[in-house]
Amino acid sequence: MPTDSRFSRLPVSEKGLVSICIEGQTVTALEGESVAAAVLQAGVRPTRTTPVTDTGRAPYCMMGVCFDCLMEIDGKPNTQACMTEVRDGMVVKIQLGARQVSGGDL
Amino acid sequence: MAASIRTSCNGSDVAVVGGGLVGLAVALGIQEKGQQVTIYDEGDIAFRASRGNFGLVWVQGKGDSYPAYANLTRLSARLWGDMAASLEESTGIDIQLSQKGGLFICLSENELAQRAKMLEQMALYHTEGYPFEVLDHQQLKEMVPEIGPEVAGATWGPEDGHVNPLYLMRALLKRFTDLGGKLINSGAISTVQPVNGQFHLYSAAGRYVSDKVVLAAGLGNKKLASMVGIEAPIFPNRGQVLIAERVKHFLDYPTGHVRQTAEGTIQCGDSKEDVGLDSGTTTDVLADIARRAVTMFPLLKDVRLIRSWGALRIMTPDGHPIYQQSEQFPGAFLVTCHSGVTLAAAHAGPIADWITQGSPDPVLNLEKFHADRFQV
Amino acid sequence: MNANQFELVIIGAGPAGMSAASTAAKQGLKVLLIDEQKRPGGQIYRNISSPVLKDKQILGRDYYYGEKLLTAFEGAGVTYLSGATVWEVTADNVLYVSVNGESQRFEFNKLLIATGAQERPAPFPGWTLPGVMTCGAAQILLKTSGLTPPGPVVVAGSGPLLLLIACQLIRAGIKIEAILDTTPAKNYRSALPEFLGALKGWRFLLKGVRMLAELRKAGIRQLSGVSGLSANQDESGTLSTVTYFHKGRQQTISCSSLLVHQGVIPSTQLTRSLGLAHVWDEVQKCWKPELNKRGQSSHPDILVAGDSAGIGGALAAELQGKLAVFEVVRQLNASAAGNNAIEQEKAIRELQQQLVIRPFLDRLYSPADEFLLPPDETIVCRCEEVTAGEIRSLANQGCSGPNQTKAFCRAGMGPCQGRQCGTSVSALLADELQATPGQVGYYNIRPPIKPLTLGELAAIGNTDSNS
Repeated sequence: MPTDSRFSRLPVSEKGLVSICIEGQTVTALEGESVAAAVLQAGVRPTRTTPVTDTGRAPYCMMGVCFDCLMEIDGKPNTQACMTEVRDGMVVKIQLGARQVSGGDL
Repeated sequence: MAASIRTSCNGSDVAVVGGGLVGLAVALGIQEKGQQVTIYDEGDIAFRASRGNFGLVWVQGKGDSYPAYANLTRLSARLWGDMAASLEESTGIDIQLSQKGGLFICLSENELAQRAKMLEQMALYHTEGYPFEVLDHQQLKEMVPEIGPEVAGATWGPEDGHVNPLYLMRALLKRFTDLGGKLINSGAISTVQPVNGQFHLYSAAGRYVSDKVVLAAGLGNKKLASMVGIEAPIFPNRGQVLIAERVKHFLDYPTGHVRQTAEGTIQCGDSKEDVGLDSGTTTDVLADIARRAVTMFPLLKDVRLIRSWGALRIMTPDGHPIYQQSEQFPGAFLVTCHSGVTLAAAHAGPIADWITQGSPDPVLNLEKFHADRFQV
Repeated sequence: MNANQFELVIIGAGPAGMSAASTAAKQGLKVLLIDEQKRPGGQIYRNISSPVLKDKQILGRDYYYGEKLLTAFEGAGVTYLSGATVWEVTADNVLYVSVNGESQRFEFNKLLIATGAQERPAPFPGWTLPGVMTCGAAQILLKTSGLTPPGPVVVAGSGPLLLLIACQLIRAGIKIEAILDTTPAKNYRSALPEFLGALKGWRFLLKGVRMLAELRKAGIRQLSGVSGLSANQDESGTLSTVTYFHKGRQQTISCSSLLVHQGVIPSTQLTRSLGLAHVWDEVQKCWKPELNKRGQSSHPDILVAGDSAGIGGALAAELQGKLAVFEVVRQLNASAAGNNAIEQEKAIRELQQQLVIRPFLDRLYSPADEFLLPPDETIVCRCEEVTAGEIRSLANQGCSGPNQTKAFCRAGMGPCQGRQCGTSVSALLADELQATPGQVGYYNIRPPIKPLTLGELAAIGNTDSNS
């Protein structure tokens, strides 16, 4: 993942850390932050490709109204990463185009 | 907007009231025959049954006690392919027609048995054959592996199909206007007045005059029809529909309750409610539709619902269309049905011919569709 | 009343919602507050209950003011359902909310909608590229995660939030390549008549002046009267440069992050789904629910407060939340209303003070035409990738409104349910049809107002034991 698209972490107050897996890479995230934030810190870009034209997108609004941050989270496709809190051991993948009818865990 | 008066010349002007699927198809057919058509449409927030349908080009089971309707449906289905090809070629719009057959899924053995019996009866009426197959659970599973364990089976109709009804409207409109047809967003036509062999139409926007008038105004037809001497018992029947997110293609065939569109979205219906002019949605019915969809296709359990809508079908007491020219005021035609998608090809073809020429093709058995069949 | 029935349900835990909840509890009402985020604060006070940044200077005092609201709210003992997404409210006072994949049903006597605002979707060529995000999004990342965007960073747009986020990023040590101010020159003229009124809101003006000074001191390049904004991609399909016109010349800046902002507009998804009357505000260039002075909507049991009632800012929202509750008390029990008269008067006066700056701000920061009526090649519906040109051509082919247009091109049919394209589609149609957006109308919005799974919907009625 290109370093020039990573968001950087400022000094933060005492917070727990969790370990999540983004596109095969283990990433440390802050307890309580959104998957979108963790993904941006990991420099993943794009975070999904559109079902209409396979074009790359990334989080845009961070508040749940644009649906551009859809990713496959713990096997559930098309999940809003900005509205999902990180969890230790979470597995996050880029949402490639339209989802499968059954999620990864069915 | 000032009241405008258009006087016609050559007796070739046709006004079509209603720019939905029925109005557009009929208007296109007439315009193609060389007569000048003007569609008068109510506008964006009308009840718009055409925007609320399921997109099925459906044959199996229709007209099960009324051979004329079954035949009209099959005729239309046969004409559909050419109409779609012609529309695509002339407008460049792919209306996504697929006629590879369809399934009516049954959730109980009893339902399946009853449906099979109904179709067998139809085969008796149709001497040239009425194709269908009855599939039990195992047979259905071979065709559609995603079917749920509680599904009893399905009836297969080889002449069934589906299309994108919204793109169909778009293509019909484009072709119509490309050929010189006119669409006027006049607002609702409130009055149709026969005057000296012509017809005066009134809306809030103005007055329009034409030689012929075709009433294709959906639920508005009842009132307008009575103004030209046709008593047509038309009433609303609500259907609610769910649309879920785009999913990679898995369902090849449309079914009566669930279909996957060409874009990949999953469409679920179907409800029939007698609620007057309320085209809203209700949670309990939507939940029922979701339950049925998930029972038929358990894999849909974690697929997300994006939109829902309700729409009012244009119903008649026997559920079959009304096609009638006014005897009192010749030149006024009533065209109404609830299967505007399936019948679109018939509407753009033989029905439009009937309106242009005045006499219908005998194969249509048009007298079977007169409104006076309801007066006993 | 059983466990699922409440005298007052409040949707939204931003300043309006929190203030309303605290007030309602004090008034002795049985109240439920529902919010889709896991923690209270809405967007302006996002994450205020567990602030992340060590250096409080970065976000500034106005953010931490929210702690006061939070303390009052937490002490009020209100039933609070967080991480809960309302997906339907019916006209007969029932609401459905999804929590952890399961839906719950509640009934209310009165409903207060306090769902706040969203960034104005302001399409321009390239706005969908990875690397382009709203200023609000960048601010949320600071608040929730202490994250700053990768450089080079360019900030572009118009409005007070532009200056604020720029200052916050600078305080965080981020270098900003340029601030591209797209405020049209003509706005200064049209805002001028309101300036005297704005002086009454001098505290707000002073904040703006201070921020400008801060930016100047930091030596940030600020260009005004910028037009023709366009974001461009590299071969990997992500943001690489931003192009614009300034003083007649086209210029390009390399960037990895482009933060954009064109003001905020009320979130009307829920109010629309209820069929409430809405009005197009020609000055603010946005839709908002039609309300009386006390926040009462066209439905007798539904009120709206805060930015979702009309943009007024966080302090105005707090006051509106309180006033809405006084109105609810009056409606539920007219005799008790007299007890609040003094507090109500005070709140009304303070609200007037908060809103006095608005006419000036609304005119000054009215978005440039290029963002309301973007060039043909610009994607307007992000979900379905429908361009402005396609919308325009449909208007010319007979589509008289957004619902017909939606039917013909799928704009508004994606998962965001028209939140990002609705305003643009109405504006484009209006422009082509030579009407106003108010005349053209908006999409019909139906439940679910946020997506929910078919499985979850199917389970309703099976486990529903409270009907």
